[in-house]
Amino acid sequence: MTADAQLYPTPEGLYCPAGDFHVDPLRPVRRALITHGHADHARPGHGAVLATRQTLDIMAIRYGEDFTQSRQEAVGRVRIGDAEVSFHPAGHVLGSAQIEIATGGRRFVVTGDYCRHPNPVAAPFEPVPCDVFVTEATFALPVFRHPDPAAEIGKLLASVRAFPDRAHLVGAYALGKAQRVIMLLREAGWDAPIYLHGALERLCWYHVEQGVPLGDLRPATTDRKTKADFAGQIVLAPPSAFAATWAQRFPDPVICFASGWMQIRARARQRGVELPLILSDHADWPDLLRTIDEVDPQETWITHGREDALMRELDLRGRVGRPLRLVGYEDEAEA
Amino acid sequence: MRHFARLIEALAFTPQRNGKIRHLVEHFRTRPDPDRGIALGALTGDLDLRQVTPSLLRGLVAEKVDEELFRLSYDFVGDLAETIALIWPVAEAPEDPPLAELVAELEATGKAALPGVIAARLDRLEPSARYAYLKIATGALRVGVSARLARTALAEFGSVPVEEIEELWHGLEPPFESLFAWLEGGEKPVSAARSPFRPVMLSTATDLDQLGPLAPEDFAAEWKWDGIRVQAAVEDGERRLYSRTGEDISGSFPDLLDALDFEGTIDGELLVRRGESVAAFGELQKRLNRKTVGKGLLKSHPAALRAYDILIHGHEDMRAQPFDRRRARLEQVIAKADPERIDLSPLLSFDTWDALAALRADPPDPVIEGLMIKRRDSPYLAGRIRGHWFKWKRDPMTVDAVLLYAQRGHGKRSGYYSDFTFGLWDGNMLVPVGKAYFGFTDAELKSLDRFVRSNTTERFGPVRAVKPELVLEIAFEGLNRSTRHKSGVAMRFPRIARIRTDKPAQEADRLEALTALLPPEGPPA
Repeated sequence: MTADAQLYPTPEGLYCPAGDFHVDPLRPVRRALITHGHADHARPGHGAVLATRQTLDIMAIRYGEDFTQSRQEAVGRVRIGDAEVSFHPAGHVLGSAQIEIATGGRRFVVTGDYCRHPNPVAAPFEPVPCDVFVTEATFALPVFRHPDPAAEIGKLLASVRAFPDRAHLVGAYALGKAQRVIMLLREAGWDAPIYLHGALERLCWYHVEQGVPLGDLRPATTDRKTKADFAGQIVLAPPSAFAATWAQRFPDPVICFASGWMQIRARARQRGVELPLILSDHADWPDLLRTIDEVDPQETWITHGREDALMRELDLRGRVGRPLRLVGYEDEAEA
Repeated sequence: MRHFARLIEALAFTPQRNGKIRHLVEHFRTRPDPDRGIALGALTGDLDLRQVTPSLLRGLVAEKVDEELFRLSYDFVGDLAETIALIWPVAEAPEDPPLAELVAELEATGKAALPGVIAARLDRLEPSARYAYLKIATGALRVGVSARLARTALAEFGSVPVEEIEELWHGLEPPFESLFAWLEGGEKPVSAARSPFRPVMLSTATDLDQLGPLAPEDFAAEWKWDGIRVQAAVEDGERRLYSRTGEDISGSFPDLLDALDFEGTIDGELLVRRGESVAAFGELQKRLNRKTVGKGLLKSHPAALRAYDILIHGHEDMRAQPFDRRRARLEQVIAKADPERIDLSPLLSFDTWDALAALRADPPDPVIEGLMIKRRDSPYLAGRIRGHWFKWKRDPMTVDAVLLYAQRGHGKRSGYYSDFTFGLWDGNMLVPVGKAYFGFTDAELKSLDRFVRSNTTERFGPVRAVKPELVLEIAFEGLNRSTRHKSGVAMRFPRIARIRTDKPAQEADRLEALTALLPPEGPPA
C-alpha cells in the first residue's frame, strides 16, 4: 500500500483509514486526534477525541466540558483499528504533541505546530524517526530566522523604561504566547504585577495550576484603578482588544505585538504596531531544515504554510517533498 | 551601527511626532561624534553618497541565495533591502562597526569596487544593521523624519530655539561636530557660508475682537498671498532661495534665481505669476520638489517673488529697524528689479478695523488667503513672537459631508476611531472627498467613536465603513484639483467644524457644490 493511501487529506482534514480517524480535523468527525489546543487545530463537536491530558483540559476550558462525546488521554502506545499511535512533545504550547502513526509497516509523524527553541511553557520537541514526516511550514522562508527571545523582551523593557508615563499593551495570543511573554519577562527580572485582559485569565491560571510560575498576575480592570495607575505597567491582551473600547482605559499606550510575523516590517505597520516583538512558537527556517535532517524521513509532507519555498529547498537537497495544502490552519495571531 | 539600526527602527514604528523627537534626542545624547552627526546627515539627506542601485543589490544576493527562494521571499516581504538583510547568510562573528566608518567607506569606494565592499560588509553585520546599512547605501531611509523634525530634535537636545539651528544649517555639514559641541554647552559655530538662511518672522492668528482695542494707525496691512513663504538671499553674487524652514529650494527655481539682481535678503511669497495674473496654489505645486525643471514648465509656469520685507540690504543688517524703515528700503530695492519676476506686495490703506474687515470680506484676487497686519515699529524677529505680526485669514470654506469610513488612532487616541473619511453626493452615490482627524473636542471624539462602533457595516483591517447617516460640517482652507483623488479635488487642512446631528444625510452637499469652488485650471505643465 502506498503512503498516500494510508494517510491523506480530506475536506475534514488529514485522514487515516486504517484507524478511521482524523488528525486536527477542521469539521466535526467521528474520531479526532488533536496535536494541541489552538483553535484552528482543536475544534469542538467531535464524537471522540484523543489528545494529551493538557490539550483535553485546554479544550474543556475553551469550549466547555461537553466539547466532545468521549475523550481519552494519550498515554503510551494506543491501538486504533489497524493503526498504533503515540504522542511526543512538540515544544509549541502547553500540552502540544506530535502524533506518531504506525500502520502497515510504515511510520508517519504528524508534527502539528512545533518549536525547537527552549520554551518554559512546553516540553521540548523530540525528533521521532519515521518514514513520512508531516510537517508544518508556517515560517518556511529563508527570511525567517527568529532572533533571541531574551533580546526581544529586552526591547520591551527598554521601552517601558523610556516611556514611564505610558502603558505598554502587548498583543499576545491567549494560549502559549501570553504565558511565554510572561515567563520571558520574569526571567528578565520583571517581578512587578502583570495585568491581563479578561480573555487571557483562565488559560493563565491553568498554566499556574500546571506548575508554570507566572508570578503576580492581575486583571486589567478599572475598578479602583485610574488611567494613571497603568502608567509604566505591562498589560497583556489578545490583539483584537486593541480595536475595542477596552484600550481607551490606558494612558497613551504603546501598542506592542508578540509574533513571529513581526519580523516583517510591513506586517507590523499594517497592524498599527509601535513596538514589534519577534516572538514565535514555531520553527523558523533553519530549525525546519535542521529538524528534517535529524528525522531524516524518506518523504516530507507539508501540511500548511509557505510550502513553495520548503518544496524548493527539499528539492535542492535531494529530498522528496509533497505539499498537502491543507486549508484552514494558521491564524496569524497565533504564530 | 547597532544603535543607528535601533534608531531607524524606532522612528519608523513611532507614529507620534513627539515620540520621534524623543528617540532622536536620546540618540544625540548617547552617541559619540562623529556617529551621531553622520546619523543626522542620513536623516536630513545631507550625506553625499554614490547611489547604490537595486540591480547592484540583486546581483549580490543572486550569488548567495537560490533565485527561486529569493523571489518567494521578496514577494512575501515586499522590500528589497529588508529581504536582503534577512536572507543574507548569517554572520559567523558579527561586528558592530561605527556608522561613520561604514559611510566613509561607501564614500571612498569607486563604482567597480562597490559590490565587493558591500558584500563583505553584509557578511559581517547582523540583520538589523544590514537593513540600516542598505537603506543608507540606497539613499532611502523613509522613517517619517523630515529635515525640519530632525532640527527640532536638535533644538530640544541643546535647549536652543530651532531658528538658531536653521540659521546655521547651511554653513554646516556632516558630521556636524561644531554644532553638537555648541548644543552641549560649547561655543556657537560661526557660519562661513555666503547667503545663509535667516530665521523667518511668523505671525499669530487674530480677529476683529482682538484687533478692536489696538490703534489702527500703529499698523500696516497687506494681503496674505496663497503661495509659499520664501527667503531670497544674495551675498557677493551667490543667490539662494530658501523655504521658511530653511530648506534650500534654489534648484527648483532657476528662473527666479536669475532675476535676483540685488545684494541682500528679502522675505516674500513665491508664486506662479503671468503678468498681473497670479496662479492658484495648485499650479505652484507643479514646480516644487523637482531636481531639474524642463523648459516647457519654466515657460508655462513662471515663478515670481512678491516681496514682503527686507532683512539685509547689501551688508547692512536691517532686522533691528522698525517695519516702516525696512519697508521704505524694500521699495527702493524692488523698484530696480525685473517687474516680471519680482514685485512688491502692496500696502492697504484703511482708517478703522471695520474698513479693513470690509477689504478682507472682498479681496480683489482669488489667490489671497487673508490679511497680514504688522506693527509699524516692529523689528524683524525670529519665530512666532506675539504682538507684532498678525494674520487674519479669510473665513474657511465649509461643506456638509457624510461620514463614510473611520480609522483607529494611536497613542492617546488608542482604542478610538479618530480619522474620518467623508463624502459628498454625486448623483445618488456618495463619493469620498477628504479625510479629517482634528477639529473636534474630546467629548465630540467620544460621540463620533460611539457612532462608528454602533453603525459599522464593514471592516477592513483598522478601517470601518459606517452607515452613511452622520453629517459633518467640514471646514477647509482651500481646494486643489487632484488626479490622485477619485473626486478630482483635494482639500487643504480639512477639519471637522461641527457634528450636524440635526441634518439628514440626504441634505448633505453635492459634489458640484465643491467643484464650483475650484480655481481655474492652469495651462498644461
